[in-house]
Amino acid sequence: MYNNLKILYHQGKQFIPDVTTAKVPGIFRGRPVISLVKVDESRLQATCPTHAISANPVSIDLGKCTFCGECAMAFPDKIQFTTDYKISTNEREGLIVKEGDDQPIAINPEKVRKEIHSLFGRSLKLRQVSAGGDNSCEWELNAANNVQFDMGRFGIEFVASPRHADGIVITGPITENMAEPLQICYDATPDPKLIVLVGTDAISGGLFSGSPALNRSFLDRYPVDLYIPGNPAHPLTVINGLLDLTRRSF
Amino acid sequence: MHYLTIKNNQPVLVKEIPVVSYMAFLILNTGMVSESTARHCVNYFGYKEGNAIKLICCIADDTDHQIYVSSCLVETGNPYHSFSAKQLCFEKFEREIHENFGIDYSDHPWLKPVRFSHDRFDKNKEIAGYPFYSIDSEELHEVGVGPIHAGVIEPGHFRFICNGEQILHLEIQLGYQHRGIEKLFLDVKSLKEKATLSENIAGDTVVGHATAFAHTWESLCNFQTTPDIDFSRTIALELERIAIHTGDLSALCTDIAYQLGSAVFGRLRTPIVNFMQEWCGNRLSKGFIRPGLNRFPVTRELADRLLEVLDTFEPDFTEMNVELSNLPSALSRFERTGVVSTEDAITIGVVGMAARSSGLKRDVRNSHPYSMYPRLNHEPVVKHHGDVYSRVQIRREEVFQSIKHIRELLKEIPEVSPSERDNLLNPGTNLFTLSLVEGWRGEICHAAITGPEGELLHYKIKDPSFHNWMALALAVRNNEISDFPICNKSFNLSYCGHDL
Ligand code: SF4
Repeated sequence: MYNNLKILYHQGKQFIPDVTTAKVPGIFRGRPVISLVKVDESRLQATCPTHAISANPVSIDLGKCTFCGECAMAFPDKIQFTTDYKISTNEREGLIVKEGDDQPIAINPEKVRKEIHSLFGRSLKLRQVSAGGDNSCEWELNAANNVQFDMGRFGIEFVASPRHADGIVITGPITENMAEPLQICYDATPDPKLIVLVGTDAISGGLFSGSPALNRSFLDRYPVDLYIPGNPAHPLTVINGLLDLTRRSF
Repeated sequence: MHYLTIKNNQPVLVKEIPVVSYMAFLILNTGMVSESTARHCVNYFGYKEGNAIKLICCIADDTDHQIYVSSCLVETGNPYHSFSAKQLCFEKFEREIHENFGIDYSDHPWLKPVRFSHDRFDKNKEIAGYPFYSIDSEELHEVGVGPIHAGVIEPGHFRFICNGEQILHLEIQLGYQHRGIEKLFLDVKSLKEKATLSENIAGDTVVGHATAFAHTWESLCNFQTTPDIDFSRTIALELERIAIHTGDLSALCTDIAYQLGSAVFGRLRTPIVNFMQEWCGNRLSKGFIRPGLNRFPVTRELADRLLEVLDTFEPDFTEMNVELSNLPSALSRFERTGVVSTEDAITIGVVGMAARSSGLKRDVRNSHPYSMYPRLNHEPVVKHHGDVYSRVQIRREEVFQSIKHIRELLKEIPEVSPSERDNLLNPGTNLFTLSLVEGWRGEICHAAITGPEGELLHYKIKDPSFHNWMALALAVRNNEISDFPICNKSFNLSYCGHDL
């Protein structure tokens, strides 16, 4: 008993008191800001391994970006990554950052289905499906529940059965072999339900978008309620995205 | 000579690899493995050469630091004698060759599909209709879990045959995560894309796989890494080991319902991954390792920060471990649970941490060293009981060992050399190369073949999980089904790394 207390004492307080304003240390590549400086746009596009950069006007699609930072290193005057981790949104176009923009990425309240606030605003149980995920987004989703980020304090939890869930969280580019299990899981989740995509691979197929081993037709059938970008998405991005979607204020 | 002898990361012309008759190929490779437990197959794969399939087999010798490479041409149609009938450690390699190219074997014990790849030879075989082993008996029952697991993890299907609580047999069905990644290495054009792809093979082994890719590419381009590149990679590899081993200790405590251990080890992982983010901008080190480059060199300031992180980590980690190893209720769950005997480990070719828990001294850092490991004189940690507790102990001791290695390295930080990367865009023509890296899970092997223009003709990735999934299936036999989670966690194998 005495040892246990000693261990607890040595751990100190680990939780982040306010996950909406916490600062991340060191280098962190969150929301990019693209200046209006003129650069060789085709060279800039060529730096990107995932074809996330478009020219004229220059923009970065965070749904395709793996946040590798190559573009910012090659063109530091043009592109900079801020430490702003609140980059989730409910609109696919909202993930496209254009040159000259320096505004937070936010949820469009018009597009949030009515029942989301009233039904899921205090408690949200989610079933996670890894559909070709490389275990990095899954890892960070688990971390969102650890003693530091402690997502459970907001009533948001992952559950084992889709029948206990209010929605599904998809990671990975959706492989052919997971297409059917994903559909079964979706069908088993009671209505009304959310669909959340976590990570570049889930949002756009990412690096795997050209692979014939995928079957992303699930996403053509149902509307997506929340896009949480990253490779992997940071726990703070995940938690803030879910809170912004489900709560009017907290 | 029927084989070519190479070293880790040594490129050779494909035509220098002797092409022998199938019979000679079989006798040679199975013979080498049976002669000594220090020899094991690190890769065995096929690729199309004209109308035939060329098989290349690579056997590593842990005592003399050599890798023996031989090859053979085969065709679909007539069945061949299998390697597996003589040496079981080849069974999965042969299943993969069968699945991809339709090569048939007359005496293979079990030609089960490996991953139901989209470009498999037999399109009639589907993941949904796979016939699992079944037993017809009043006393026995089957338990099926997956592909979607209860937790937030990757998918796979496990089918148990049980007598009451006791597991008699476990069959593991993988392939759900198959993304066609090996083929993508050939399809994507730029080096950046390939490097990024290598970081996404298994997201919990970013440094391990990205380093293996970097080594492979650098060797194809005849690029000599500078000391500062090796230095950063070695530190990152050891930090990845510390982070994941610590996280796994947490998961093991969770699965025996030991809340304190679960919370404390879970939180101890955080400063390590957060340090990675401070260093390179990503908690899992994505964006860090690139061929020929040291994007985030270690500065004195960063080194001091890392030492500070380790100095606060170590006492807390020690304290929790002392408590765990004095806790009878924890030990009674870990000890003698999920045993893989040394004989079984040798037979099925287990690698890495799992092999070292079963008494095998298998560690590429020691047997085929690269980067800074020759200087560190790395000695593998070996345990002998092969049970869950051995795998707990290995993790604990390897964390301390990694800390020691990092402290040793940080005494002297190499100058950053100017990078000359020009030749990295032009790999040599008609080459074969092979890179072995010891990831935290075990031996990672990447092999590449280039064509007449220096283009990649074939890229072959082997995660340690490829060998070790079978070890899990054997480990759970005669255990209670309630102990399955700790057995599974004690290996912590990769699904996507296997499914590719
Ligand atoms: S950070 Fe994103 S946009 Fe920039 S190069 Fe990497 S993937 Fe492309």
